[in-house]
Amino acid sequence: MSGPILELKEIDVFYGPIQALKKVSLHINEGETVSLIGSNGAGKSTLLMSIFGQPRASHGQIVYRGTDITHKSSHYIASNGIAQSPEGRRVFPDMTVEENLLMGTIPIGDKFANEDMQRMFELFPRLKERRNQRAMTMSGGEQQMLAIARALMSRPKLLLLDEPSLGLAPIVVKQIFSTLRELAKTGMTIFLVEQNANHALKLSDRAYVMVNGQIRLTGTGQELLVNEEVRNAYLGGH
Amino acid sequence: MSAANNNTIDIKKSFVDAILAGLISLIVFGPIVGVVLQGYSFNMEPMRVAWLVGIVMVGRFFLSLFLQTEKGLSVLQGFERPGSGVHVLPPDYKSRLRWVIPLVIVLAIIFPFMANKYVLTVVILGLIYVLLGLGLNIVVGLAGLLDLGYVAFYAIGAYGMALGYHYLGLGFWTVLPLAAVAAGLAGCILGFPVLRMHGDYLAIVTLGFGEIIRLILNNWLSFTGGPNGMPVPSPTFMGLEFGRRAKEGGVPFHEFFGLDYNPDLKFIFIYTVLFLVVLAVLYIKHRLTRMPVGRAWEALREDEIACRAMGLNHVLVKLSAFTLGASTAGLAGVFFASYQGFVNPSSFTFFESALILAIVVLGGMGSTVGVVIAAFVLTVAPELLRSFSEYRVLLFGILMVLMMIWRPRGLIRISRTGVTPRKGVAP
Repeated sequence: MSGPILELKEIDVFYGPIQALKKVSLHINEGETVSLIGSNGAGKSTLLMSIFGQPRASHGQIVYRGTDITHKSSHYIASNGIAQSPEGRRVFPDMTVEENLLMGTIPIGDKFANEDMQRMFELFPRLKERRNQRAMTMSGGEQQMLAIARALMSRPKLLLLDEPSLGLAPIVVKQIFSTLRELAKTGMTIFLVEQNANHALKLSDRAYVMVNGQIRLTGTGQELLVNEEVRNAYLGGH
Repeated sequence: MSAANNNTIDIKKSFVDAILAGLISLIVFGPIVGVVLQGYSFNMEPMRVAWLVGIVMVGRFFLSLFLQTEKGLSVLQGFERPGSGVHVLPPDYKSRLRWVIPLVIVLAIIFPFMANKYVLTVVILGLIYVLLGLGLNIVVGLAGLLDLGYVAFYAIGAYGMALGYHYLGLGFWTVLPLAAVAAGLAGCILGFPVLRMHGDYLAIVTLGFGEIIRLILNNWLSFTGGPNGMPVPSPTFMGLEFGRRAKEGGVPFHEFFGLDYNPDLKFIFIYTVLFLVVLAVLYIKHRLTRMPVGRAWEALREDEIACRAMGLNHVLVKLSAFTLGASTAGLAGVFFASYQGFVNPSSFTFFESALILAIVVLGGMGSTVGVVIAAFVLTVAPELLRSFSEYRVLLFGILMVLMMIWRPRGLIRISRTGVTPRKGVAP
C-alpha cells in the first residue's frame, strides 16, 4: 500500500448559497476499498461529483496521483484513470450491451476492447447472455452491472461507484456486492458511495460517515459496523 | 376486457361514439360551413352542416363497429406496438440496400437522358433537400440537438457563391469547398454559445440565429443587395461555359466537345455534380456513424452526463456535429444558388428550416434512407400537386397527421448495425 491515490483536502462545495460540503477531507490509498455512507442529502453524491468538477470545489484541493485536478475539466479527469459508475446507472438506453461497453473504452482506445469485454463477461455472466440486447430492455440489476462493467472497460486506477444498490432487489444487491468483493481482491481501488451501510461497511477496508456535508466519523469497516453512532448517523439522527 | 366480450359487438357503444363524433363535427363545421358571409350580413346554411355531420356520424358508427370485430381489434393493437427507440440489427446483418444502391445509381445515370428540363430541375431541388436533410440529420437525428435555424447555413452557402463571384470573381468550383468551410465555421461559432443549452432553449437560440442571418442579408443593402438579391453565374466545367456563346472569346462546352447546343446542359451538369456530392456525403455519413465520433454523437443524444463520465469531451462532440451539419448545408446552398442563378433572402425564411426539420422527422430521426425518401417526397410532392396549389399546405398537414398515426417514428425507423469490437491486440 503506497501513498494515497486520491486525496481531498478541506474542500467546500456550494450549490448557489447552500453549502453542500463543509471542509471535507478524505483520502483513498492504492488498492483499498473505501466507502462513504450517510443518509439522504448528506452530500455523498455531491462529493463524488465534485471529484469530477461538477460542481467545482470553491475551496480546498483535490489531488489525484500527485496532480491537482481541482480545476481540470470533467472529461480530462474521466480519461485519466478515474472511472465512474454514475448514480442512477445512466447506461445508454438505445445501445446494446456490447456497444455500451465499447463506449467505456473511449479514454484508452479500443485496442484491449475484446480482451476486456471477455473479462467483463466472466465477471458478470449475465451480461454475456444479453450482449446484443439493448440496455433499455434490461432489468435494473443488469443495468447496474452494465454500468459497473462499462466503467471498468477503461482500465481505471480508481473506480467510483455511486449507489450501486439503488432501487435493486436485495438478492441482486447481494450479487453485485459479491462481484465488487471479487473485484477488490484483484487489487482494484474502489471508492463506494452508499446508503446501504450494512453491505458497504462489510465490503470496505475503511469507511467515512457523512452527516450534513461533514465527515462525522471514520474508521475501518468493522469498527464502524459495531459503532452505535453509525447506526444513528445512518438513520439520519444528528 | 375479458376474452368473452371480445367477440360480441356492442352496438350501444358504437351509437355513443357516433353521437360524440357528431357533436364534435358540429362544433368544428358549424361556424365554418354553416355560416356564409354575404357582404355585411351572413346566411345560415344548416343543410350543409347537417350533411357533413351526418357523414361523420355514419362513418364513425361503422368505424366503431369495425373496430369491435376481430380484424379491427388487431388493427387497434397495431397502434399500440412498443415502437420505441433504435432498432439494433445483428453485426453481420446484410442490408437489402446492397441491391438498391447500384440500381439507384444506374437509374440516376440514365435519368438525365430521359428527362426534360422541368423534371430535371425538380430532381435537382430534391437532391438539394436530400443534402440539407442529411446535414440536419447529423445535428438533430444523431446528436439530438434541435436546430431551428439550420437555414442560416444554407443561406451562407448560397450567398457565399453570389458574393464570392461579385466581389472576388470566384467560380463555382472554388466556392464549393470554401462555402462548406465558411458554413462549417459559422456552425462552430454558433455552437460555442449554445453548448450549455438543451432542447427547447437550444431551439430558440438557433431560431434566433437563423433570423439574424436572414435579416442581415435583407438589410445590408450595400453589400448583399438586400431584398433585390444578387445574380449568380452559371457553373463552368474546366473553364468551359454552358451558354450558347461563351463570353470573352472562350469556347462553350458544346462546341469544345462537338455536340449540338442543348440549353439543359447547365442543369445536367449541376445534376451530375450534385448527385456525386450527395453520394459522397452519404458515404461519409455512413462511415461517420460507424466511427467513434458517430457513436459519441449517439451517446450524447442518449445521455450527456454518462458521456462525460466516460471521459468524452462533450464540447468537441457537439461542435463537430454542428460543424459537419452546417458544412453540408453550405454545400447545398452553393448548388441552390447555381441552380437558381439568383439568390435573395426570401429563399431562406423560417419555413425552410421547418421544412428541412420536417424532412428529418418524417424520414425518421437519424435514419439515412428515410431522410432521402422524405426529402424527395416533400419536394417532389408539392411540384406534382401544382394544380391543387391552394390545397398544398392542407395536404402537407394531412400527410403529417397520417404520419403521426401510422409511423410515429418516421418513414423508416432508425436501425443500426450492431458493432463488434475489433480483434484485440493484447500487449
